[in-house]
Amino acid sequence: MVRIGAFLVGLFFSGWLIVSFLIGAVTFVSEPPAATVEHEFHLHPKDVHWSSEGPFGHYDKAQLQRGFQVYKEVCSACHSLKFVAFRDLKNLGYNEGEIKAIAKQWAIKTPDVDPKTGEASGRPPVPADHFPKPFANNVAAAAANNNAIPPDLSLMAKARHNGPAYIYSLLTGYTSQQGYKNEKGEELLKAFPDAKTPTGLHFNPYFANLNLAMTPPLTAEGQVTYGPGQPKPTVDQMAKDVAAFLTWTAEPKMENRKVAGRAVLIFLLIATGLAYMAYRNVWADEKH
Amino acid sequence: MSFPWAKHYTPKAPLMQWVDERLPLPRLVYNAVGAGYPVPRNLNFFWNFGVLAGLALVVQIVTGIIMAMHYGANELVAFGTVEQTMRDVNAGWLMRYAHANGASFFFIVVYLHIFRGLYYGSYKAPREMVWLLGLVIFLLMMATAFMGYVLPWGQMSYWGAKVITGLFGAIPVVGEPIQTWLLGGFAPGNAALNRFFSLHYLLPFVIAGVIILHIWALHIPGSSNPTGVDVKGPQDTVSFHPYYTAKDGFGAGVFFILFALTVYFAPNALGHPDNYIEANPLSTPAHIVPEWYFWPFYAILRAFTVDFGIPFTSIVIIPAKLMGVLAMFASILLLFFLPWIDTSPVRSGNYRPVFKKFFWILVLDVIVLGYCGGSPAEEPFVMISQVASAYYFAHFLIILPLVAAFERPLPLPGSITEAVLSKGAHEGEREALPGMGSDTQPNSAA
Repeated sequence: MVRIGAFLVGLFFSGWLIVSFLIGAVTFVSEPPAATVEHEFHLHPKDVHWSSEGPFGHYDKAQLQRGFQVYKEVCSACHSLKFVAFRDLKNLGYNEGEIKAIAKQWAIKTPDVDPKTGEASGRPPVPADHFPKPFANNVAAAAANNNAIPPDLSLMAKARHNGPAYIYSLLTGYTSQQGYKNEKGEELLKAFPDAKTPTGLHFNPYFANLNLAMTPPLTAEGQVTYGPGQPKPTVDQMAKDVAAFLTWTAEPKMENRKVAGRAVLIFLLIATGLAYMAYRNVWADEKH
Repeated sequence: MSFPWAKHYTPKAPLMQWVDERLPLPRLVYNAVGAGYPVPRNLNFFWNFGVLAGLALVVQIVTGIIMAMHYGANELVAFGTVEQTMRDVNAGWLMRYAHANGASFFFIVVYLHIFRGLYYGSYKAPREMVWLLGLVIFLLMMATAFMGYVLPWGQMSYWGAKVITGLFGAIPVVGEPIQTWLLGGFAPGNAALNRFFSLHYLLPFVIAGVIILHIWALHIPGSSNPTGVDVKGPQDTVSFHPYYTAKDGFGAGVFFILFALTVYFAPNALGHPDNYIEANPLSTPAHIVPEWYFWPFYAILRAFTVDFGIPFTSIVIIPAKLMGVLAMFASILLLFFLPWIDTSPVRSGNYRPVFKKFFWILVLDVIVLGYCGGSPAEEPFVMISQVASAYYFAHFLIILPLVAAFERPLPLPGSITEAVLSKGAHEGEREALPGMGSDTQPNSAA
């Protein structure tokens, strides 16, 4: 009985799947799915390497400080960093006094209430505060940015495939759509005349749908002035530095994790070696 | 216990004697996982995964309880509390990564455990109840994992919850009221998040309870073994302790090495980047995919693209979406009938040449389904998952009964001991692995 029922159920599902497959295959051949402009022209992130990669990876503190500077002087005008506090900057090598000064001089105020009247007001951040948001709410953010809300950057490096390289590629990937060709040599506007970037958006092949609201943020060498002994602040260098900084904001415990991981692995290898010897020893006289 | 040659517990220390007379707990431990549980002497490393699954559950419960101490089950703060745990709680990043990857490792060992059972016929008499309880554990694990994935309230959490509860919406007439009732609203929100948290905390303890029944049921007939031949006497067995505690100890070491490599060096490799974006009901992700361990079932769900009805007419009997939902549930529920579908009296795949070929096709098929389930719902993945899903159902429901009826099994060894000794005499002490069937047929060498 069970087997007759099973056979009928199996015939029902498998049979209908084969019918679905045949219908799908006929459709696929007679009306092949149209290529999309995203499929043909979207680019994967460029191949870049970071000191934080690999089991022995560590952050380059000078680079993180430069990246923080880029965030402070360029990105922070629109993008929040809400999961990071000023106190966290000590991991970038700043001392307590410097962190206090950075917080105090921050361009955006931390929302608070007036201690006398209870009215909403703002005060300069202190090290215990998280980075204040540049816009009071999403409506204000959208209104100021051509209807697009600038995303929070705290986790951006983990919220995209190959995040750090993606951030770097996006920042350096703006280009003119006129005459843009992909690797196959197809010209975008000839192959997809309807895909012209709408006004107010900017063409960038590293962005998922190719057009993004953010104006190119890094435009000229020297836009941010790096301290003495640091590399030249080219657009490429600034993009790399801020991508490294955002890797740190997304994964501030990465160094602790890898150091702990190496110790745990050494312990586990020894323990497993001993367990293997115990196993061989116990079974030495027993054929199995 | 059940074996007549199981050793009787005689407490040596006076304290143990005192305890055992008042509460026979030492006796239970001795007969369950101690020297008083006789186990076939020929188990290979594929028999390690039950114990490893138990260890994975312990890891999940310990890390999960600590995560819960720092978690806020409210849609306004949930995402932030998980981030705060990772940034500001001592070793919070370790707890979070261990818990998230622990779920994946739990499923890895449970899938290996299930496929071991499928290959060696562990579901057959007299172990049907062990198999059925195992499937109950598997279903509970899936529910627990699904609800746990919703808790960080990222984009995939939210949209995963929406898609999965939406499956119930495919049921005619009562579907949508059921979906609303499950979620406590028309879309995932605070009500859903709170009840998922409550159930996510409860279900692991239910799993622990069913595991006790699973082990209890196992100890009635005793463990199966790679030959599938029944234990005939004490010479066929060794005691669980120290023989299998030692072997499981080594297995646990290997498990924890692989687990540590993932947690410490690639903690996000098995996750989806979109879940680091806070849930946003107004922005649908381009590709909604569940965690990897659901991919084969997700592929079956999406394989049904055509309404079931009378061809060349507009008469629809079952809409495609409902077909997919039914098939997805059926793909798991059919396993409950397996002991009565596969009627071959031979348990081990080592002695079933035809079954063995189909078994490896099934393994490949499930891997293909998994790959398609993780890919976007576009061609060629849809067509591939249609063929692969068709094989999945055909394998269990059509092929297995036919194989059982027409296959000529190879001769079985007279006993476990005979199999072990002939193998040792001719081939040295090699482990019998599935797929090395001809190497492990004791009679082929005789």
